[in-house]
Amino acid sequence: MKRILKMIATIISLNKDPMPVAREQDVVPFRNRVKEYAVKIKMGLVNQTKLITAASELVRNMLRYGGGGEVLIEVVSRGRDSGIRLTFKDDGPGIPDISLALKDGYSTGKSLGLGLPGTKRLVNEFDIKSEVGKGTKVTIIKWANG
Amino acid sequence: MGVEITKILKKSQAALLERWMKNQLADMGLREDLMSNEDLRAESEELINALVKSLNEKNLSEPGSSDFDHVIEILGGISISRARQGFSPRETGLSIISLKEALIELLQESVTDPKELVDISLKLHRLMDSFVITTFETFIKGREEVILRQTDEISEISTPVIRVWEGILALPIIGTLDSARTQVVMESLLTEIVESGSSVAILDISGVPTVDSLVAQHLLKTVSATRLMGAECIISGIRPEIAQTIVHLGIDLSEIVTKATLASALLYAFKTLRLEVRKPAVKTSF
Ligand SMILES: Nc1ncnc2c1ncn2[C@@H]1O[C@H](COP(=O)(O)OP(=O)(O)OP(=O)(O)O)[C@@H](O)[C@H]1O
Ligand SMILES: [Mg+2]
Repeated sequence: MKRILKMIATIISLNKDPMPVAREQDVVPFRNRVKEYAVKIKMGLVNQTKLITAASELVRNMLRYGGGGEVLIEVVSRGRDSGIRLTFKDDGPGIPDISLALKDGYSTGKSLGLGLPGTKRLVNEFDIKSEVGKGTKVTIIKWANG
Repeated sequence: MGVEITKILKKSQAALLERWMKNQLADMGLREDLMSNEDLRAESEELINALVKSLNEKNLSEPGSSDFDHVIEILGGISISRARQGFSPRETGLSIISLKEALIELLQESVTDPKELVDISLKLHRLMDSFVITTFETFIKGREEVILRQTDEISEISTPVIRVWEGILALPIIGTLDSARTQVVMESLLTEIVESGSSVAILDISGVPTVDSLVAQHLLKTVSATRLMGAECIISGIRPEIAQTIVHLGIDLSEIVTKATLASALLYAFKTLRLEVRKPAVKTSF
């Protein structure tokens, strides 16, 4: 019984699509690609909009602070649920204090400082790893019915 | 090693041009719709002259040598002009490839020792292939310039400021609101406010697919700039899914008048200007 539960909880990646993002011009094609996958797994309009907005925030951070990088777009499933997992990876300067960066209004770029905390509220799963001088990796999941 | 490519080329320069012209005409079936025979000949001659002048035994195996700067410049000119004239990349590439063929054919006739022929052909292949790649790169650059110019044009035509009523401006925004776009929007809006003496401006964002914190910031900036000009700015066209997302994101639009539709924004503007829209009273005739 425990094993079955564990199996249900396992997230399986069904489709991996890496996409390099190096310039401002790459943002719109990237968002469109995410949208295509979201539509494919029949994600509702509100969740789609939340996912694309979160993706937009993270990809802009990656460009602005991380100097560009790569996003892995995955269709994932867990039991009966399907969703989209996005992994943003850059080799930029990294974030010295993650809990500070996750505070509403904190910005080193004279911006609103809502990107990271807002994204966390928009998605179902949010994970950030960063090492100063090495880079930053942010992973999010939005379930189709989440 | 006795083959002197410089000599062979100088001696048969005219023959080379004829051969290349023949190859090009055969390949593209002469696109007279795009380019006249004379223009093609003039272009080809210029390139051959430059190539014959710069090529020698030493740089034959150095495609990166600065001796070829002039050749590459001419090649670049040819591919950019062909990109603009509407030639396909295949046609443009083939025309340079057919120069390589003409060169090899010429060598076949002049070099008798098979080993030397193979040796020199190999080098020539490598050199000319590098030129072909240069041609492609420049061709793509030519196309990219066209695209960039169109992008600018689109961002200008897609931000019209409409005088909907005396004192009321509407600005439907369609597409992504990036920094460059915001600049255009803001400038045309502020200019129109001054010119028309309007006191209410409606920014309609029904056509903006994603409102993230960057777009929100741009909107907020535009609103405050409008206020500084003494006009009020209303944002309309906020779709339900966008409204929910904005709330989760944590963007505070409470200082701004927002409306779901352009119609309700217009109604609000009328009220601000103390205007009233009414159906005329039905006249009853006897
Ligand atoms: N990929 C990254 N690499 C390095 N630093 C980052 C990265 N992403 C975020 N940061 C840091 O975290 C801070 C907070 O990011 P967040 O997206 O929340 O706000 P912002 O980008 O400054 O403003 P906003 O997103 O509202 O326009 C940034 O100001 C930046 O210092
Ligand atoms: Mg940000």
